[in-house]
Amino acid sequence: MSETLLAVDDLEKYFPVKSGVLKRTTGHVKAVDGVSFQIDRGETMALIGESGSGKSTVAKTIVGLHEATGGTVWFDGEDVTHPSEEQLDEMRDRIQMVFQDPTSSLNPRRTVGTSIEVPMQVRGVPAPERQERISELLDLVELNDEYLYKYPHELSGGQKQRINIARAISIEPDLLLLDEPTSALDVSVQAKIIGLLEDLQRELDLTYLFITHDLSLVRNFADETAVMYLGQIQEKGPTREVFHRPRHPYSRALLSAIPVTSEEEESYKPRHEPLEGEIPSPRDVPSGCRFRTRCPYETATCETVEPAFTDTDGGPLVRCHVYDENYADEFDEVPDVGATAAVDDTSSDGGSGQFAVTSDGE
Amino acid sequence: MSTETTDAGQSTPESESLLDSVVSQQRRELWARAWKRFVSRPMSVAGLLIILVVVVAALLAPVVAPYPEHAGKYTDFAAALQGPSLDHPLGTDHVGRDVLSRILFGYRLSLMMVGVVLGFGVPVGVVLGLVAGYYGGWTETIIMRLTDTALALPPLVMALAITSALQPTLWNAMLAIAALWWTWHTRLVQSIVASERTEEYVQAAELAGAGPLHVMFREILPNTLSPILVKVTLDAGFVILIGAGLSFIGVGVQPPQPGLGTMVSQGTNYLPDSWWFAVFPGLAIFILVMGFNMLGDGLRDVFDVEVNR
Repeated sequence: MSETLLAVDDLEKYFPVKSGVLKRTTGHVKAVDGVSFQIDRGETMALIGESGSGKSTVAKTIVGLHEATGGTVWFDGEDVTHPSEEQLDEMRDRIQMVFQDPTSSLNPRRTVGTSIEVPMQVRGVPAPERQERISELLDLVELNDEYLYKYPHELSGGQKQRINIARAISIEPDLLLLDEPTSALDVSVQAKIIGLLEDLQRELDLTYLFITHDLSLVRNFADETAVMYLGQIQEKGPTREVFHRPRHPYSRALLSAIPVTSEEEESYKPRHEPLEGEIPSPRDVPSGCRFRTRCPYETATCETVEPAFTDTDGGPLVRCHVYDENYADEFDEVPDVGATAAVDDTSSDGGSGQFAVTSDGE
Repeated sequence: MSTETTDAGQSTPESESLLDSVVSQQRRELWARAWKRFVSRPMSVAGLLIILVVVVAALLAPVVAPYPEHAGKYTDFAAALQGPSLDHPLGTDHVGRDVLSRILFGYRLSLMMVGVVLGFGVPVGVVLGLVAGYYGGWTETIIMRLTDTALALPPLVMALAITSALQPTLWNAMLAIAALWWTWHTRLVQSIVASERTEEYVQAAELAGAGPLHVMFREILPNTLSPILVKVTLDAGFVILIGAGLSFIGVGVQPPQPGLGTMVSQGTNYLPDSWWFAVFPGLAIFILVMGFNMLGDGLRDVFDVEVNR
């Protein structure tokens, strides 16, 4: 079962920067700059990276909230980059999204029941049927009918996100885009939501694109992982490989920054790689390798030539000039660490924070 | 998030009817809370009471007014310009009509003007504001520049121009004001919608497959209602003042109809000796306008608390 459900090919989303009295376009913010990946039906793909790396823009471009400036989006074999009305209707039936902020993604003037109802309502599902389905959905997300007439401000963050998930799955989509669905929640609640998502995936045969800056969340959850930096994927491959033997210097830096509590866990992580400075502005992307300004291994080539993907032993594709197998073997292969432990240990604000991988939300 | 108690609610087996009663109880509680906030401010309650009393008195004017026939062409010069007495609590005017009765009928005209101006101006303004804020771009530019142009004309001047070009009747004055009143609501709603539009709940509704009409009227509009309601209440006071002003200078309510402004205007000729003729209609205007303002302030406080996010 490896039928591709979603394929993104060289996707680009540039936002024009206008300035001056005449509002002339003086530059572009390259939020997404040549991103390609594909997700098989029933799989989970994680898209990780720092705030401002363009992860959310990828999701919003896929669903058509942004119009792509280049590249192609294939959904179930169909080119939906610039969807026609009919295609858009079909996409709305089959792709849903859960947003980062559980509060602002619920209408403050709608009760829980009427919020979940909207997708069915606009599709003309008869009222009694909707009522029944809403109860079913509340049950699925481990809430009950008592919540029907509550307003969002009466709910906790976790409850709100459950409502958002219920709304997204109400019309039985195939693909669910999860845009940092847990980053606004407490750590204990994060784990519960991830558990819920895993259950739902099994029960409803869902495909996930999971966007997050919190690596510990996806470790045991995602089948594939792509690491994004400044609008471009730097490394992608099976999650196990990316996490246990990160090849790109950026992936290593990200992984080495996961806060841990014990010596044992520390030994599982890649050697500490400090990242210098902040992520550059996507308006002014460095020449050559866009990571070079913060890379400890920068060479002369990095400045001039943009690295292409290199196939590596074991699966992942890596966009790096200095990558070689010897370098990757400098540290021991990391055994599988329980994700639960990692989830619990990650404080929501990025913890020990040698650098801000988990800074504020985008 | 202080409300974080239990994340997952426990499923409690409950019968349908019991559940329904729980649900309606919650709804009642929400209203009860809003009402409690409202009544906790004596000013807003006083405002509401004033308006209720005036509206009821105006509606029942033919019944409650001591001399209903004095509202129209009636003269009794023998009783002209009598001071307040038991027969005429607020005195009589220059042709012997009961001032209290005429004030009650005057309120009818004032409230009718409020109804016509806001009944036309608010829906038009709100819809234009929604469309401008939601679609943005050229649609917004055209609507908002039109609004700015209309805003540049003061309603009073517009009413003067129209009534002098056509006929100086109450209807013409009302239409002139109504034709300009939408602008404020367009501005108000457009600015709210422009910011609400980027909220994720709007994107979520669009992703859910909702069309523009659903998004505008069923998602965004409910979030603009409280400021609109507050503005409508405060507007009512302004409309009454403008109406009285127009009547005062003779282009609104025409004698012998009992316009509040007309009465003040006529009464000023008999100041200071027959002070009641001008002062009581003036006070009547003042009380109603103040009532609307107090209610508006109270509503604003209630809604400010309610939208706690």
